[in-house]
This record gives sequence, C-alpha cells and structure tokens, in this order.
Amino acid sequence: MENRENTILPVTNTSTLERVRHVRQSKMVQRILDKDTTVLVDDPLENEMVLNMGPQHPATHGVLRVLLRIDGETVIKCVPELGYLHRGFEKLAENMTYHEFIPHTDRLDYIAPLSNNVAIAMAIEKAAGVEIPERAKWIRMMVCEVARISSHLLAMGCHAMDVGALTIFLWTFGEREKLYDIIEQICGARMTTSYTRVGGVSNDVDEAVIRQLRTWMNAFPAILKDCESLMLRNRIFIDRMAGVGYVSRDKAIALGMTGPCLRGSGVEYDLRRTMPYLNYDQVDFDVITHNDGDCWGRFMVRAQEMRESVKILHQILDKMPEGPVMADNPNKVMPRKGEIYTKMEELISDFMLINYGTMPPKGEVYSAIESSKGELGFFIVSDGTGHPWKLKIRSPSTTNLQALKFMAEGSMISDVVSIIGSIDPVMGEADK
Amino acid sequence: MAVTKEAICEVLAPICGTVQTVEHHGDITFLIDKGDLIEAGHELKSHPRTLFNLLIDITAIDQYRRKNRFEMVYILFSLDHSTRIRLKVPLDEYDEPRCPSFTAVYENANWYERETYDMYGIIFDGHPDLRRFYMPEDFVDPETGDPLYPLRKDFPVMGIQGSLPIPEKNPM
Repeated sequence: MENRENTILPVTNTSTLERVRHVRQSKMVQRILDKDTTVLVDDPLENEMVLNMGPQHPATHGVLRVLLRIDGETVIKCVPELGYLHRGFEKLAENMTYHEFIPHTDRLDYIAPLSNNVAIAMAIEKAAGVEIPERAKWIRMMVCEVARISSHLLAMGCHAMDVGALTIFLWTFGEREKLYDIIEQICGARMTTSYTRVGGVSNDVDEAVIRQLRTWMNAFPAILKDCESLMLRNRIFIDRMAGVGYVSRDKAIALGMTGPCLRGSGVEYDLRRTMPYLNYDQVDFDVITHNDGDCWGRFMVRAQEMRESVKILHQILDKMPEGPVMADNPNKVMPRKGEIYTKMEELISDFMLINYGTMPPKGEVYSAIESSKGELGFFIVSDGTGHPWKLKIRSPSTTNLQALKFMAEGSMISDVVSIIGSIDPVMGEADK
Repeated sequence: MAVTKEAICEVLAPICGTVQTVEHHGDITFLIDKGDLIEAGHELKSHPRTLFNLLIDITAIDQYRRKNRFEMVYILFSLDHSTRIRLKVPLDEYDEPRCPSFTAVYENANWYERETYDMYGIIFDGHPDLRRFYMPEDFVDPETGDPLYPLRKDFPVMGIQGSLPIPEKNPM
C-alpha cells in the first residue's frame, strides 16, 4: 500500500491517453485520472482501472454515463456525465408561447408527466396572475397524487430489479398499468398527457373514472403490502440496501437534494407542507422521513409515501366540489371550442390568444411543486410579450444526481447500481 | 416563521449597505453587487435570523439589449424558516462575463454553475471543475473555432450548421 503514490496507471505510459486527450471528453478523462482521491482502501488487488458505465446501461435508468475509477471492486472516483438526452427545452421555450410549452413538459419527467403539467401551469398562472376554480385545484391535486404513486411504483420496481428481485418489478408494473388506464380515461393519453391548461384543466373528470379510481385505491394497499412482504424480510435485499450510499442529514442539505432522497436522510422538507400550494393545506397527511440516510431509507420513504398518497386521494375525492374546471378570464385563458364557434367575444379572444399568447406582466417568478422526484420548479422571466424571455427548469433529478459522486466513492462497484436506483433519476428531466 | 424582507436587509446591511429589493407576485429579489456576493452568501447561510441553508438553483438571464448583459440569479431556501428568496447579481462585462464561484458557500453550486457556464459562457472564478455540462466539449463554431453558448440570445434556435457532427448516412 505504501507505494500507492508511485503507482502509475498503465494507460498513462502509452500513446492511448494522448489520443484520448484530443477526442471529445478529454477534460472528463482528466477529471477521472487526477490523483486527489480521498479514499484509501487496503485491497489485495493492486491495479486500478477506469470503467465506463453507460450511457447504454440498463441500471442507469436512461442515458446516464458514469465514469468510475476502481481499485479492485472499490470505487475510488466517480464522475457522472449528463447531456445524452439534452433537447434544449429552455431554448425552445423562449421561442414559443406559454401554452405551446405545456406539451413539452410531458417529455421532462416522462414517468410522471401529469405533475410536470401541473407545475408549468401553476408557474404560468403565477406569472400571469390567473386564479383557477376550486374544482380544477382538486383535480390537479388528484392527478399529482396519481402521478406520484405511478412514479414511486416504478422507482420501487426498478430499484428491486436492479438488486436482483425481478418479481416486484412485474407486480408494480401491473399496478402502473391500471393507473395508466385511469390516466388515459382522464386525459386521453397514457404518457403524453398535456392535461393542464392555463387557467384550469383541459376537461372534467367524470363520475365513472372516479369510481374506477376508488376501486383501485381500495385494492392497492393490500397489493403494496404483498410487494413489501417479498422484500422487507429478504436477507439478500436488505444486505444490498442497508448501509449503502449513506448520506448524513447535513451532507444531504449541502448537496442540495430534495424529495424522497432528502427525506430519506431525515430532513422534513416537503413543499406540500412547508409551502402549501393548491389545496394541500386542507388535507391531512404525514411527511414521511427516515433517519437512515441510506438506500434502505430512501426506499422506505417511497413505499410509505404511496400510502400517504392514497390517504390524500381519499380526502380529495371526498372533498372535490362541483363546478367549472377552467377559469373565466378571456384575456388569458383559452375559451372552450363550443363557445368559440357560437360567440363573437370568445372568437376574438381565441384569435388573440392563439396569435399572441397569454401575456404576463413584466417580471420574474419562481414557482415550484413537490413532484415525485423532489422540488420541480419553473423560473419564468417575462418581458411582457406572449413568449417567455427566459424559462428555467429546476429539475429535481439533476440535483439529486449530484449526490451520486459522494455516495458512490468508497463503495463497491455493485452498490453503484443500487445507489442510482435509490436516487431514482429520470434522464428526460435531468438532461432537459 | 417566515423571514421578513426587513430582517434580511438588516442582516445584509453591514456587508452591502442598503440593499435594493424587488417584489413581484410575492417573490422577493435582492440585488447584490458582484464583489459582495460570497460574503453575503456566507452571512445569509449562517446568520441565525436567516439560515438560508438550501441552495435551490442558480441560473443567469441574458438581457441582450442592455449594457450590462448578464444577470446571475440565485434561489435560496431556509429550511428552518420556510422562506424562499432570490439574489440577483448584475455582471458588468458584455462579452466575457466573470463571476465569483458560489461553491465557496454552497457545495451544490458546482453543477448549477457548470450548467450556467455551459449555456451562457459565464466564467466562475474559483470553481473546482468548470467544464461543459450538457453540450460536448468540442461544441464550437465550425468557422471561427469559438465556443458556442446555446442559451445566449444571439445563438439561433435552429443551431449552427456543422457545430454538432451528424453521423454519416447509411449507404444502404
């Protein structure tokens, strides 16, 4: 071990590195090869190597690329690299009206598109100063919670699959399929929902769908219990999860994590509670936290949050009032098609809205919701025209992924898979 | 309890003097000079009356038509007081803006600043690892060889031909 300082990587002596320096990721390679490593591990295998994981790796949940410098099986340096799914949504947003941007948010976090729709609509409404009707608020809360359960189910199933338990994956996907059926009946599409509009939601939820949702909600806790019973007392599963990827409370805050990752480290930060939006101050629920700070803690937070979401859904369906689902604000809110064809005033405002868009007053607003991954925020700079001057997406997946480096360094290479699963990144959102 | 605007101004007063504030739709923004940024950040993070311990996001705004083209935006949150504020720092250079790195105060500023550098070309002095975030390292103008920053207002939406090599077409 004492000659570690003098150990030269085999690759540095050859012309390979010179060649690699000149190709695209030269700075990235330098980053992984620099010597300021903090972890020294006594390992019988003396040679270090650089391993490239992704971007086409099933365990990276999309196109995340991670460069690992490993000593034996221990990760001593980890460099995550993003941008393989970068589509430039922020640039596109500057060249379209606010309304036109709503479908693009479906492609951000494509596991829970409904909560993205709600987040962008709320940000535009805050910028434009539009009040939405009560029923629309409750419907938005409902779809947010459905999206949260759907996303957590996927996180749970994929995380279990990453560590080798395949059955859970099939079970949770069966449940997601039922949720997709309900979502399809609510907004006509399974994934590309585009459900919200500026000033409300695109269409009302009818009684049959609510009945179907109630049936599902009554059956779901038992199924969740079945899923958990396969894992929570499973020795292999616990060994792969407990104590892996530990982040302390203070470190989690310093790394800027939000959502289940932060709550898994014992910080009670949930925007539904700390800064209530919509009608979340009128429903009763617990903010789930775990003090473990490891993969197990984050997993358990997600599992229990699904129960809380079902609890919230029951209250929402009980409290949802009757009424319109779109605000009556002809200057800013698109009128319904039936009115456009029959009324002159609506035809004029539709013409103006299609051509010039909703025009918020000059100024900057930031609005955020608690999506399933964490704090999903939109920062809108308006210059008074129908196009945003700037629209910044604060995506929770990016910020949570920043913690990957800290969690992975010093752990075993197989734990990296488990850690990525516990962060639950969606690359559509992380890469924007 | 939420921290009031006046309390934050009082905390910042020894560092920045009188702080200009902007309020729009309930969001409070504090305008801070570039030179005071790091000190003000430390103070806001550690002062018991504010305790802004969570850095939510960093971004920049390209005010193309103004003389001071770029503005930095910092969104901070206080877990103890449940308050969200924004700091705004105007940068005075037009073409090659520089800003002190916020990583000295908040560790997670690392990736946010890399993203801002990638998109706007703002150089952060003292950043530990300033390289491209989303775009490839060789994202340059094919004619002049200057690096391109896609979110600047003078970058066309359709992109610049030849800046990103397209794979060759399959001869089949």
